[in-house]
Amino acid sequence: MTTLFPDPLVIDQLSKHFGTRKAVDTVSFSVAVGEFVALLGPNGAGKSTLFQMLSGLFVADGGSARVMGHDIGHEPIKALADLSIVFQQPALDLDLTVQANLRFQTDLHGIPRAEAQQRINHWLQRFNLTDRASDTCRNLSGGTRRKVELARALLSQPHLLLMDEATVGIDPASRAAIIADVKALCRERAMGVLWATHLVDEAEAADRIVVMAAGAVRFNGDAKALRKQAGQDSLLDAFLQLTKAEAKA
Amino acid sequence: MRLLHARLALAAVAGREVHKFLRQPGRLASSLVRPLLWMVVFAAGFRQMPDLGTVMPFDASLDYRLYMVPGLALMVCLFNGMQSSLAMVYDREMGVMRLLLTAPLPRAYLLACKLMGGAFLSVLQAIAFMILVVIWQIGLSPWQLLTALPALIAGALMLSAFGLMLSVYIRQLENFAGTMNFVIFPMFFLSSALYPIGRMRDAGAQWIYQISALNPFTHAVESVRYALYGEFSGSIWVVLACTLLFYWIAAAGYDPQRGLIKSARGG
Repeated sequence: MTTLFPDPLVIDQLSKHFGTRKAVDTVSFSVAVGEFVALLGPNGAGKSTLFQMLSGLFVADGGSARVMGHDIGHEPIKALADLSIVFQQPALDLDLTVQANLRFQTDLHGIPRAEAQQRINHWLQRFNLTDRASDTCRNLSGGTRRKVELARALLSQPHLLLMDEATVGIDPASRAAIIADVKALCRERAMGVLWATHLVDEAEAADRIVVMAAGAVRFNGDAKALRKQAGQDSLLDAFLQLTKAEAKA
Repeated sequence: MRLLHARLALAAVAGREVHKFLRQPGRLASSLVRPLLWMVVFAAGFRQMPDLGTVMPFDASLDYRLYMVPGLALMVCLFNGMQSSLAMVYDREMGVMRLLLTAPLPRAYLLACKLMGGAFLSVLQAIAFMILVVIWQIGLSPWQLLTALPALIAGALMLSAFGLMLSVYIRQLENFAGTMNFVIFPMFFLSSALYPIGRMRDAGAQWIYQISALNPFTHAVESVRYALYGEFSGSIWVVLACTLLFYWIAAAGYDPQRGLIKSARGG
């Protein structure tokens, strides 16, 4: 169903099996316009598999996922045009310059060259990367590389931004800066953000938290409700309480 | 897909291949040294041996070194096709592949861009080799390069598509050396690159002859050989059919629906 203002992401009963193992088990939730949703789960909860289905790298065994009303299974090109992903594993061509990596993305999205350069300049400036534009990505620090990847993801002006454990291996200051940037962008550009993480403090900053464990959704609501449901004062304890069954298993 | 989008994507994907090639001057050098070594060293001993007088489309006065030209030009394309395949595997390990596969474009088109980038570089290197042969003045004329160009492009496309197909099945860079041994050498030796495959049959090696006659590389070599002398060989149809087949298998491999590229990694 395509409406005038569809939610950036609507996931409905999405499932994926690997052999007999249910990696993602009838998962349903959505991300609204301008909403920052944290997808919180321990390692192996199925977050990455879910992301790979949302980005069209895997085909779901059942259920559906719609990006701006476009089903990723049936209209993958329209869905992909509306979303951007920052992958868990860095995906920069280390031998190319920052500018060339960004240009590669605008070309893949078919953005005319003059407009592409304007957008590249805008995001380089926004992330204080202007003076690094002609540096080879190999020479950048981990945090700076992530910033380049975030800038790259924003070039196509997506309605939905998927961040898959995007702060792994980054120092706390850079981590906090990236989260603050993404949160601000979420508001500025009315962009839906789905932020997968296993770090509870990152989820604290989100508008809503979806807790996943063993492939299924265990909780969907804000941090306050999560603490209340688990009967814990701290979010970390609440999270551990919710996912305790898996830890024992 | 809009035309501008298609053109920009082609520039991005194929342009990246060319850009990478330009950053590695050693690659052009080695792609030229390899066939020239064959021509100088191998031909030095074997020049007088093959009786090429009865082999179409030549006359009896033909120099053996000229016989080798199409086979060696396509060997350059074969190596480059494998190098493109290696680059695909590397991109997969480095994560760049995911960027390509999540671009809002049909996968088959993205692969076609890769194919064209790879084939363009193959033709470029093969032509560079053939220009050196022209300069060497052993009887190859610049005009012959022009008449051979369409067949050479077809052969380069086939070998690039072959490389793409292999990249679906090669999981890790470490497996690549083995693949080279099992692919490049048999493909080159079991063909008409070094001598007419009829010689294999005459020598009683019937099954080697049969394999060589089926080898797509033989057909690529023959179509270039005939084209060099302004003649048409039906082998070109085999080359074009194999190009489509290899490309189709590669496209199927990169399609998540039929997904040969699977990672069972959870998380």
